[in-house]
Amino acid sequence: MAKTEAADPLSRVFSALSDPIRRDMVSRLAGADATVNELAEPYRVTVQAVSKHLKVLEGAGLVSRSRDAQRRPVHLEADVFDLMTKWIERYRRQAEDRYRRLDDLLESMSDDVEQTHPTSHPATGAQT
Amino acid sequence: MTTTSTHETEITVDPDVPLVRITREFDAPPDKVFRAHTDPELVAQWLGPRRHEMRVDHYDCRTGGSYRYVHLSDGNEFGFYGCFHEVRASERIVQTFTFEGLPDGVALERLVFENLGNGRTRLTATSLVDTFEGRDAFVASGMEDGVREGYDRLDELLAG
Repeated sequence: MAKTEAADPLSRVFSALSDPIRRDMVSRLAGADATVNELAEPYRVTVQAVSKHLKVLEGAGLVSRSRDAQRRPVHLEADVFDLMTKWIERYRRQAEDRYRRLDDLLESMSDDVEQTHPTSHPATGAQT
Repeated sequence: MTTTSTHETEITVDPDVPLVRITREFDAPPDKVFRAHTDPELVAQWLGPRRHEMRVDHYDCRTGGSYRYVHLSDGNEFGFYGCFHEVRASERIVQTFTFEGLPDGVALERLVFENLGNGRTRLTATSLVDTFEGRDAFVASGMEDGVREGYDRLDELLAG
């Protein structure tokens, strides 16, 4: 727990989403707010366990609980979630873009070894 | 958030260790994918940003070798350098990576070329840095690379 406290906000978000149940809870909350009992329903875990998961999500700023004393529905903080998704998606697109260029290159490369092969001559020193 | 196509790049951000893992499959055998990572003339054709030039200072991809290259973007130069810790033909490359704009930062990168048979390869690239802040900066850094093509659309989408 101390580790989670010490980590920066983005790491807390990543950490919170590392658990499959919490990821599932987040994707369900993206549709609509829900109470703890409603959230607990589809899982074979106790309401207490779901509350624990919610605490982690709350700590990461991903969800909030309304003050409505009766139901206290859980609400997804879309801004935090969007920011993180945006960062990762950007990074992923950047890598994907790079690898599509590599796809094209690989297709244009000959199968036989007619290209120069710098690593196949380990003993020639640093001339290249 | 998860992708289903076998070809789409997958990103894993570890919550416990400051690393980022990128997984991607290619329709080419490991020796070919490996060659595209070690021959500087080939590397320059895909590693740099599409719309800007990548200039390779040197790229001595063998165990104990080193590299430096520059991305030229709208009059700005972004330099990157590192050492090749281990280069094992068609299997793996372990190297360090530093962006000259952040000289205190260094990532340890491991590329593993996995033979999937039928002339296919799975590439797993792991970047390990020393702090979570560093890792997150790494992930958030998209901009410098000038790979904006796809981002602009995403920005418009997100801005609503």
